[in-house]
Amino acid sequence: MLETFNFRVIWEYMPLYLKCFQATLWLSAVSLLGAILVGIIACAMRLSQSRVISRIAGIYIESIRSTPLLAQLYFFYFGLPSLGLMLPEWVTGVIALTLNSGAYYAEIIRAGIQAIPYGQIEAGISSGLSYFQRMRYIILPQALGMTIRPMLGQAIVLVKDSSLLSLISIAELTRAGQLLTSDRFMPAEGFLTTAAFYLIIYYMLKGFSTWSEKRLIFREAH
Amino acid sequence: MWGFYFNELLHSLPFFLKGLWMTVAVSGLSLIAGSVIGFVCGIIRASGNKILRFIIGAWVDLIRGTPFLVQIFIIFFILPSAGIELEAFPAAVIALTNLTASFICEIVAGGILAVPSGQREAATASGLSAYQQLRYIILPQAMRTIMPPLVGQYVLLVKDSSVVSAIGVVDITRVGWLTVQRIPEGLMVFGLVGLLYFVICYPLINLSNFLERRMAVTSTRL
Repeated sequence: MLETFNFRVIWEYMPLYLKCFQATLWLSAVSLLGAILVGIIACAMRLSQSRVISRIAGIYIESIRSTPLLAQLYFFYFGLPSLGLMLPEWVTGVIALTLNSGAYYAEIIRAGIQAIPYGQIEAGISSGLSYFQRMRYIILPQALGMTIRPMLGQAIVLVKDSSLLSLISIAELTRAGQLLTSDRFMPAEGFLTTAAFYLIIYYMLKGFSTWSEKRLIFREAH
Repeated sequence: MWGFYFNELLHSLPFFLKGLWMTVAVSGLSLIAGSVIGFVCGIIRASGNKILRFIIGAWVDLIRGTPFLVQIFIIFFILPSAGIELEAFPAAVIALTNLTASFICEIVAGGILAVPSGQREAATASGLSAYQQLRYIILPQAMRTIMPPLVGQYVLLVKDSSVVSAIGVVDITRVGWLTVQRIPEGLMVFGLVGLLYFVICYPLINLSNFLERRMAVTSTRL
């Protein structure tokens, strides 16, 4: 298998790979921003005083967490047209990725907020800080420090999950591998190159995760 | 029209149950094999010699850093060119086992390393053999940290098994994909698909949460 590995073909297809690498990067980036936003909103709703609002967020989070992303993706891909909504594939893909990771971000943020001792909040209240001041100066800075690692972990998951978008024929990294495989029938060259590109993103995010953790510990020590 | 399609969907319910059975079979086999391999690798990773530890660490990084879809394509398309012909079903089980084992390996290694080193020293001082230490001292305590994320990993396994539909294993997701070609009501068809996954995953998620609470209580009681 490896003695016949054809680097020339990989080189020939490099422009396609780079284009698709870019697509993976920006699809993941857009979904990541959306997911964090959805996560913050869903978490705020989950922690709300109102039973109804909290319950709605709970149903959203639980139903996303107990079904696979691929089923959710097909749900939107085949389901939205039957509601009369004809969206481009990439929009459907970004919606599915955003809503999927959003539920996980909601749980990560909630764990971070609930890990803060209640005494801190009481101290904030008795110092006369408003709700937003308490959030801005007491809760969020501490919660962020505790959640940075799981948040980056979920970002890695999101980048990998974006590979499923190839199944609804969006041109991204995995699709590039599929194209090389079907054009030249060279699955080894096609998918190993794809895997290598994903590993680049993985090691970058992993390195950033280790770096940020060291930095946060350093700041806390001061 | 909705009523007509709903009736059609009810008629294809046996087909869905077959898919459910396939999902359970694929994930069940991978769960057993993945747990065994994962535990062995985890124990080696937490103790063992440096070379084995490095090899296992590199393997875990490769599996964590690439999407499951790419892994399954590599196993399904590249192994045949190396002379190993695989049907879709064994390819799916091998890919899922490999994925699950690498994650369980990390969970087990983390659990073992979380046991205070004094316990191992005391066991050595009492004259227990390496096997006895592991069996009677280390693993029973490590299980407390291992159990909740382990069950969480089983949920991920069931959800990841949806990806094997991409190589033509007729699991729940594939059944949904085939059905939606005939009954063009994506929301309804994939709503049912999601419901079937929910039935498997939701109890497991609750079990994981329950174990987490329970293990936390017992460890503070010590």
